[in-house]
Amino acid sequence: MEIDLKILRYDPENDKKGHWEYYKVDAEPEERILDLLHKIKWFEDGSLSFRKSCAHGVCGSDAMVVNGENMLACQVLVKEVSNPIKIEPIRGLPVLKDLIVDMEPFFDSYKKVMPFLINDDEPGDRERLQSPEDRDKFEDTTKCILCAACTTSCPVFWTADSYIGPAAIVNAHRFVMDSRDQGSKQRLEIMKDVNGAFRCRTAFNCTSACPRGIQVTKAIEDVKRETLLNN
Amino acid sequence: MKIVKHSFDGIIVGAGGAGLRAAIEAAPTMKLAVITKLYPTRSHTGAAQGGMSAALANVEEDNWNWHAFDTVKGSDYLADQPAVDILCKEAIDAVVELEHWGLPFSRLESGKIAQRRFGGHTVKEGAAPAFRACYAADRTGHMILQTLYQKCVSMGVEFFDEFQVLDIKIEDGVCKGVVAYEIATGDLHVFEARAVTFATGGFGKIFKVSSNAHSLTGDGPGMLYQKGIPLEDMEFYQFHPTGIYRLGILLSEAARGEGGILRNKDGERFMERYAPSIKDLAPRDMVSRAIATEISAGNGAGPNNDYVFLDLTHLGEEAIMKKLPDITDFVRTYVKIEPINDPIPVQPTAHYAMGGIPTDVNGRVLSDHKGGVIEGVYAAGEAACVSVHGANRLGTNSLLDIVVFGKRAGQSMVDYVSSTKASPLNESAADDLSNKISGFMEKEHTTEFSVAKIRSELQDSMEENAKIFRSKETLDNQTEILSDLRERYKNVTISDKSKVFNSELLEAIELDYLLDMADTTVASALARKESRGAHSREDYPDRDDTKFMKHSFAFKNGDSVKLEYKDVELGKYEPMERKY
Repeated sequence: MEIDLKILRYDPENDKKGHWEYYKVDAEPEERILDLLHKIKWFEDGSLSFRKSCAHGVCGSDAMVVNGENMLACQVLVKEVSNPIKIEPIRGLPVLKDLIVDMEPFFDSYKKVMPFLINDDEPGDRERLQSPEDRDKFEDTTKCILCAACTTSCPVFWTADSYIGPAAIVNAHRFVMDSRDQGSKQRLEIMKDVNGAFRCRTAFNCTSACPRGIQVTKAIEDVKRETLLNN
Repeated sequence: MKIVKHSFDGIIVGAGGAGLRAAIEAAPTMKLAVITKLYPTRSHTGAAQGGMSAALANVEEDNWNWHAFDTVKGSDYLADQPAVDILCKEAIDAVVELEHWGLPFSRLESGKIAQRRFGGHTVKEGAAPAFRACYAADRTGHMILQTLYQKCVSMGVEFFDEFQVLDIKIEDGVCKGVVAYEIATGDLHVFEARAVTFATGGFGKIFKVSSNAHSLTGDGPGMLYQKGIPLEDMEFYQFHPTGIYRLGILLSEAARGEGGILRNKDGERFMERYAPSIKDLAPRDMVSRAIATEISAGNGAGPNNDYVFLDLTHLGEEAIMKKLPDITDFVRTYVKIEPINDPIPVQPTAHYAMGGIPTDVNGRVLSDHKGGVIEGVYAAGEAACVSVHGANRLGTNSLLDIVVFGKRAGQSMVDYVSSTKASPLNESAADDLSNKISGFMEKEHTTEFSVAKIRSELQDSMEENAKIFRSKETLDNQTEILSDLRERYKNVTISDKSKVFNSELLEAIELDYLLDMADTTVASALARKESRGAHSREDYPDRDDTKFMKHSFAFKNGDSVKLEYKDVELGKYEPMERKY
């Protein structure tokens, strides 16, 4: 079938204003949006720029806005979206070229929540024990692949990029809810900040956008609750 | 071209499991940087699913000697046994260490790390399948990658994200540093460093149907091969039995570890005929061969009889959703099938390179088949060949390999840096790369010599001629095709001439590495006139221990490949016929 694609292009060297570029591509209904982008890049226009790696939704490289919604280009099939297909870079982060945005502010926010296990006890020479029930409490948020689909779908983040954003809170949740971790006090202080979890206005955009199916809004609510209980 | 100069003691190229584990070991005692062409968390370690084996004995009696026996037998006796002993013995501490750093393993009721069955892993040297694979649902690799990156963040390890190392400087057999291309700007960066570890992963993109990421183009092995360093055991490439039909997306062996069954078009559990004792849990080379044999016998399913079924329907929804959630998702997303109710169409998919940059057990890169080393250059993970996987890797042993030998490579960097002095590398080190890039920028583009065209012909032809079954005829044919592709590559052109995120330029350079990987794979396969592990010659169906109990070393010799051999290091396990 023939697909019409409309892609927002931007080239800091030659096209500072940006423009919509139109393409026609032959595709099977089972092909991924990423496959269409590759057909253009490899056989029509080598300058089209986007990030990609694993091509099956686990590395988090290719979040973009497809027909108005955040998704991973490798995780959505042609038959699942309406034709013509409109593709733009994710919103709220500076665009560097075509569908590539500056991820540094996103990773800076991630690093602010101390995304690592804090536990100063001597662990001994075998594993720490953890019950399956305790392990389940943070199962959902361990799935995060840091693709930024949630954070860049958040209306609060669009208007205030100082907001730490859903992805960082998800990664705080992963440790706050881990029975082995002793760093919650510090992390929850960060969450109490004016740019922390309480900036969330429960729009649920993040939950819809997450390609891993994480209940992002619920995780943010869990973190807010922990913050209040530990106050 | 703008050139920026940096000075470090150590550089790690690649930020997957092996690179990050090496960084954790090396960072505390030296000025260290990790350079990756992706963001670290995009690395393909994150796509590994099923588990990481260690004889923790959390479920049943186990010991690391049984793990070593299985690994050696699985390797079809080509693995170096002293290295396998290290792998299996150090596995236990490696898993415990990851847990201490926060890795969220699935848990048993006792609170201990959960363990599951996996192909080729047995108790008591073959008595029954073993519960040895430590796992976190079916996203164990994701958890390892995240945990190692988190540890690096906590330590303040310095990263150069989206920088691609494209040249290494070695003078008189001694490492001087690397040259990298900054993807966002097109600037070149000279990194002076006397210790460099390559942890760049595999090269599954030489095949058409592959579980590998687009980024897996053999950069590390290719870069070193072009500098005269040999590549070891390149004829041994693993095809994972259960890739999603046509797409090649991996469906973990954990699916069979949890009880999944392979069936042909008649619904027959055909593995009973190929491996009567452990059936669907036979090692990957045997299962992939069995599938290929079923398909060529006309027992494949579908209109073209070219796939078989992975059947999980008897496992029940709860077990599937709890233990195999990600692969269930992949099947729902990409084939629109509900694995709880229907069997899944699968075919073997190019998965893992047993061969690669030759190293000793401390990650030191070997300069030849006689035991020479390159001072200051190290390799670990899939890019390297220690060799612990021999002719066929057992499932779960790759995640083990990256942490055990990543750590050892890091330790070697520490030892080397503490006993040597910095030696200068100036801006002119970037000249070679600068000229190469200028060449691409100045050459007028013609679609006839496009990167994608040459690459897709490479992938199609390797799929046809050098996959599961090979013969002199198919390999001779492929040698000719590769020589033609190599000639055409000399004229390759790109249309994008920009400096910002010019991925077409990088794909052009990566294609050179892919061609190197294919050349060495085919040349090594042609010369190995026997069948062993993943290397199956239709014209030489038997293993030949008299002639080929040897590792191949492929050297670059102009446009051709020169082969040398090194004896396998044996140990307590005598080679015997491999039956399961």
